[in-house]
Amino acid sequence: MSGIITRRAVLTTGALGAGLVLGGCDKIAEQPGFRKILFSGEKINQGLQRALSARTALAPEFRPDQMSPIFRTNGNRNPNTPDYNAMAGVQFAGWKLQVGGLVTRPLAISLAQLRAMPARTQITRHDCVEGWSAIGKWRGPLLGSILKLAGVRDTARFVVFTCADLMGGQPYYESIDLIDAFHPQTILALALNDAPLDVGHGAPVRLRVERQLGYKQAKYIMKIDAVASLDGIGKGKGGYWEDAIGYDWYAGI
Amino acid sequence: MEEPGASLDEPTPRPVTPSPETIYRHRLPTRIWHWVNMITILIMIGSGATILNAHPHLYWGNYGANFDRPWYNPPHMPSWLTIPSHYNLALARRWHLLFALVLGFGLLGYMIASLVNRHFQRDLRVRAGELAPGHLWHDVKEHLALRFHDPENPAAYNIFQKLAYVSVIFVLIPAMILSGLTLSPAMNAAWPWLLDLMGGRASARSVHFIAATGIVLFIVIHLALVLLAGPINEIGSMITGRWRVPEKKP
Repeated sequence: MSGIITRRAVLTTGALGAGLVLGGCDKIAEQPGFRKILFSGEKINQGLQRALSARTALAPEFRPDQMSPIFRTNGNRNPNTPDYNAMAGVQFAGWKLQVGGLVTRPLAISLAQLRAMPARTQITRHDCVEGWSAIGKWRGPLLGSILKLAGVRDTARFVVFTCADLMGGQPYYESIDLIDAFHPQTILALALNDAPLDVGHGAPVRLRVERQLGYKQAKYIMKIDAVASLDGIGKGKGGYWEDAIGYDWYAGI
Repeated sequence: MEEPGASLDEPTPRPVTPSPETIYRHRLPTRIWHWVNMITILIMIGSGATILNAHPHLYWGNYGANFDRPWYNPPHMPSWLTIPSHYNLALARRWHLLFALVLGFGLLGYMIASLVNRHFQRDLRVRAGELAPGHLWHDVKEHLALRFHDPENPAAYNIFQKLAYVSVIFVLIPAMILSGLTLSPAMNAAWPWLLDLMGGRASARSVHFIAATGIVLFIVIHLALVLLAGPINEIGSMITGRWRVPEKKP
């Protein structure tokens, strides 16, 4: 039997060791080299998840009786800019969705035209990065149909959504790659739970990209651009939260 | 108290080979996995604590948010426990989702190695009779007397050790991995059976928390027993592989 002093020494060392692992994580995460390793997990997870799933593998869809009684709002609940308020005041009557960038036919589509397009209805689960989930019924045209109308050029690799809400004075934006843009469940939702999208949930139109987390589901979409690279847009990380805090651009997990 | 060394000679004559002073107890794959896993699990607990702080409510079923009824509201995780120490969900996720890969593939590698080198079959297989009440009670008494090793076969794990290690290796860590994968919307599309297995995403998050609590409990007991069994010998054996048989030679 070893003496109590040894035991206490070991206990202290163990506690110090655990403390150093946890405390040292702050320091080491600030080292650019280690930060690069830490951030490499995103690409590894993206690669593995894409390898494990079919390109068109569908997110689970639910029955009406499985829906959340209340679908909470989150993030910006109202852009509340003069421009947005003017549009919302007339139910987005004069509003047009701009589709441009690397496309052969730039489009400006009114809300009435979007509503007239063939629409997909899907009851899916919204997963916030914070950990909560809500199930709602979304309806809207496929993003892929709109992109086909515009004719995405071969050089395009991403689709960027520019929104009406401002974060730090700049419009919120998000981006996805063409695999998710042309996914059969990726829609521009015009309605939630059989009612036109309200301001809290992203009126007049929001993105639903069902295999990713909530912050990718851009609300208040004003403009959609096909681009070859995310460099030069915002801080180049592909989205507001990606730029501001370092959230993963690929939010499949 | 019986002197174990003395009793060896008297009732049943033992084979002439004397019990060796030290035995080779932990093979290299076991040792590598133990330490890699220790660091990984500490990082997973710390970063997981930050992620839990983002929405400290747990639900059962397919969904769960602020207007729904949680079955449990875990306490706020203190900053000395969380990675990073200040609240930063984005950075916590970077830690968690990178080291989740180390946890998953580390377990896979360890399992393959332990099947090949027969560590599982030889050391962790629970044998008939070990679960008999008489045997369990005997081992409880031995534990209370701080005797953790069968003097006849000191290298063997006792039944409680076996049950603890089997629970962690085959139940708790796999439950962590599977419930964690279920939280991924992309994996829900790739492997929809995950949701059926867990009973929905909100349930998976609860399973993730419960299994993590089980692992924390294991760590507490494991550390306490390492201290009671003699920390220098136990930790040393997990570094060098060589373990000193605690009983003194006659």
